[in-house]
Amino acid sequence: MTMFKGAGRLSRRGFLGAGAGAAALAAGLRPAHAAGLTVGFIYVGPKDDFGYNQAHAEGAAAVKAMAGVTVIEEENVAETVDVQKSMESMIQFDGASLLFPTSFGYFDPHILALAPKHPDVRFQHAGGLWSAEKHPANVGSYFGYIGMGQYLNGVVAGHMSKTKKLGFVAAKPIPQVLMNINSFLLGARSVDPSITCQVIFTGEWSLAVKEAEATNALIDQGADVITAHVDGPKVTMETAAGRGAWVCGYHADQTALAPEKYLTGAEWNWPVVYTRMAQTMLDGGTIDNFVRGGLADDFIKMSPLGPAVTDAARAQFEATKAEIMKGGFAAIKGPLMSNTGAVVAAAGEAFEETDVRLESMDYLVEGVIGATS
Amino acid sequence: MSETDLGLWGVPLAMLAGAIRVSTPFLFVSLGECLTERSGRINLGLEGTLVFGAMAGYAIAYETGSPWLGVLAAAVCGAGFGLAHGAMCSLARVNDIAIGIALMLLGMGLAFFFGKPYVQPVAPDLPSIPFGFWSDIPQLRAALDVNALFLVGVALALAMAWMFRATRIGLVIRATGDGAEAARALGVDPVRVRTLATAAGGALAGVGGAYLSLYYPGSWNEGISSGQGLMAVALVIFARWKPVNCLWAALLFGGAGALGPALQSVGVTGGYYLFYAAPYVLTLGLLIAASSPSRALAGAPAALGFNR
Amino acid sequence: MTDAAASRALAAPSAEGALAALARRAEAVAIPLGALLAGVAAFSLFLALLGHSPAEFFALVWRGGFGTAFSWENTLSRAAPLLLAALCVALPARLGLVVIGGEGAIVLGGLAAGATAMVVGWAPGALGLPLMALAAMAVGGAWIGAVGWLRHHRGVNETIASLLMAYIAIALLNHLVEGPLRDPASLNKPSTPPLPDWLRIGEIPGVGVHWGLAFGALACVLAWVLIERTRWGFAARIAGGNVRAAQLQGLPVGALILGFTALAGAMAGLVGFFEVAAVHGAANGSLISGYGYAGILIAFLARHNPLAIIPVAVLVGGLEASGGLVQRRMDLPDATVLVLEGMVFVAILLGETLYGRFRMFRPELWGRA
Repeated sequence: MTMFKGAGRLSRRGFLGAGAGAAALAAGLRPAHAAGLTVGFIYVGPKDDFGYNQAHAEGAAAVKAMAGVTVIEEENVAETVDVQKSMESMIQFDGASLLFPTSFGYFDPHILALAPKHPDVRFQHAGGLWSAEKHPANVGSYFGYIGMGQYLNGVVAGHMSKTKKLGFVAAKPIPQVLMNINSFLLGARSVDPSITCQVIFTGEWSLAVKEAEATNALIDQGADVITAHVDGPKVTMETAAGRGAWVCGYHADQTALAPEKYLTGAEWNWPVVYTRMAQTMLDGGTIDNFVRGGLADDFIKMSPLGPAVTDAARAQFEATKAEIMKGGFAAIKGPLMSNTGAVVAAAGEAFEETDVRLESMDYLVEGVIGATS
Repeated sequence: MSETDLGLWGVPLAMLAGAIRVSTPFLFVSLGECLTERSGRINLGLEGTLVFGAMAGYAIAYETGSPWLGVLAAAVCGAGFGLAHGAMCSLARVNDIAIGIALMLLGMGLAFFFGKPYVQPVAPDLPSIPFGFWSDIPQLRAALDVNALFLVGVALALAMAWMFRATRIGLVIRATGDGAEAARALGVDPVRVRTLATAAGGALAGVGGAYLSLYYPGSWNEGISSGQGLMAVALVIFARWKPVNCLWAALLFGGAGALGPALQSVGVTGGYYLFYAAPYVLTLGLLIAASSPSRALAGAPAALGFNR
Repeated sequence: MTDAAASRALAAPSAEGALAALARRAEAVAIPLGALLAGVAAFSLFLALLGHSPAEFFALVWRGGFGTAFSWENTLSRAAPLLLAALCVALPARLGLVVIGGEGAIVLGGLAAGATAMVVGWAPGALGLPLMALAAMAVGGAWIGAVGWLRHHRGVNETIASLLMAYIAIALLNHLVEGPLRDPASLNKPSTPPLPDWLRIGEIPGVGVHWGLAFGALACVLAWVLIERTRWGFAARIAGGNVRAAQLQGLPVGALILGFTALAGAMAGLVGFFEVAAVHGAANGSLISGYGYAGILIAFLARHNPLAIIPVAVLVGGLEASGGLVQRRMDLPDATVLVLEGMVFVAILLGETLYGRFRMFRPELWGRA
């Protein structure tokens, strides 16, 4: 449980934030909702995209079901001054005291610009690297070790692939994406070290036709298991399954899109995480500023294994999952080279899932066909 | 599934496959715009029609279970937008380009408004025809899985070319495009011809949208079109208002769009943003090469005012 | 036309002359306002048919866009980039050119500002900021100026060329921000290096909106003066009406087209500059935010009159500002605002057909049977 240890002491002002609703009611500033906790969620795209935004919206739905909590949501909010004003509008008009602006691009400069103006409001951001020296105390960043999920995807993919070639449709070569590509391949290589993974970057988080073209190009080059890291993997899943390839999901459960071809998927478990955070606020506590968690902490989860998954794949999947649940698992461990020949990890060196250095990953490991720039 | 290793041959194959897969919306929209412009009007709003057609097609296909009913609905909605555009432009001093931009905005707004409940559901796809059955190479088989709408589009391009060349309707449209007087000389009402041509053009654009949502990529969301409708209007100028040229232009644009992913898949990994911009650079380059300030733009209907 | 007649009437000393002038001027205000109301009415009907309350909707628009001090701050923040973006459409429109690719000049202007800051980071704000702004204007001006040049010298359609070039500009921005110009420390959001504090633009005191708003309004006023009160503006209007006639009169049509498109691009470049220096603090993919396309809407609604751009941008800014509140309170999709904008846009364009049809606005017909 990473959430309740660490930097909590730093956020004394955040503690005041929990009582903000009551304080504001006394001052006569806040309407209706002030008695309980009002939580605002902001999404960069549609909240039913079978992907990034849907995963967060499922978390919001769980928070909505809590007693004493009001949830307000906004979709399709751009990473411009728009999001600053959306956040402020939620604070001003709805008395929100806990905000989840969920897109990565909201953090710097938007959340960082607004947070100091509203010290009694808590801003929770997915994926950012909060640091006590640089960032306001009423801002927190949280994220999950989703790379472990992609590693497990890779384990199943490694068993199912006949061509020994996997395909990855990726948006942009940023650390969070590179981590997933590397983990997917390393998971597969734990089954068969001869497997390779081809990556195609579409350059955009959401671009349906290009994602479909990338999927087709990967399959044309022989890839027979496909996964993706774009905002909404729906198009990739449907296109790949339509071509007869296996698919591994990402962000949310995409079983319904390809029931026969879906192997498993790396999913966020935001309902657990968000209800936990909202409960902390309701109880008058303080959410830690820097929170990370993995499978064991219920930050991520795996989609149910699909009907086609073989017994051997299932067995290794379960065994690896149990290993990860114990904690201290390292997908990146030496000796390991990058695909440009640089040493990623020397023999005996291991980067455990919690290693913060992984969050600035700038390489693709040996066996990945693709480039970081 | 047994795949064959194609190596670098994957690139031309991907471009061929991409040309067939990606070109259809461009083809339908540009044929629609070609028809409209030949009558002397410009409808810049086909992007909005395309997006609305994509939504309507998907929604109806999902509700009825029939993708072809979806295509029909998209065509009807597209005709509605075209008719509205045509009727509004019939009023004195109402500018067709401006109305086009306004209807583009309205079409997208309405599509997103009514399309919200259909982002999540999965609608049935249009079927494809396996023309590659004779081949042992799975990639080639996949490339030659051709959607019926593409074939309809090809037939339509040829039919439209024939119509302009050899039929009375074609003559009337061309005459109207040359000017209102020419139309009246033939005994037809130019406003009526233009309105009908715009409606028919809108219907085609709607079908182009249905192809996006019901076949490739076969999904409805607000980002389903990345400007296909706008680009198709550009392709008409580039195609010199000739339907068969619209077909080549659409194929070229689709094939160029497949270049980026295909190159990455064979290991050409740098500068992919620039490869992705290839269709736009190519179109601009050809447009510049084909234009000339001194002589009239060959093929341009006089009433469009391109040769002002 | 109307203006020339109006100024003649103004010169007449009689009270009747003043009334006549007022009537002529009133038409240019009354028809767009009437069209606006018609668009709003159509939208209200649309909402009512779908079972939503138009009254609630507009009450929320008022509250979210104009009802409180924060609402005004919200509205003006959104209007700020739209002022300059609309000028990128309105200026070429005087020459009869429809430029829809301002988005390209915006993103490249922002990129130029961010890249310049990498070089002039040592300079104090009083030197560095103007240099960044100049770079943004130069790049934006060159980008749209090229569209004008292609139009005049190669006969390339400006609407299509500007659109194609916008796609190319976005590709260039992405390529450079994620490649050669990327700050290695910008991990998950590839950007140019963050601007030092002294190269950032703050807010107008007491308004809560960055200085881009004031510059945008000033630019609109200056553009109005240019078009209405200088011989270049006059020449541009003649050329916009009829190129051949303008050439016969010896007007430098090529220079006018190049000048106006370059100026338009410079305005769009400034949008990018303010986004980088006042909002994002670096150039990155967030610059691709659609302000260029929103500018088309504003310019057409303002009938390409730079002064009218100011109230129209505020109106659209207010609509956008209230969109979130509408989403949260009425459970309507975010596209609702887009539908309203589209309907008002169509209504205002249809209003064009009404000019000259009302007797009350045509003093020359007064008193006649």
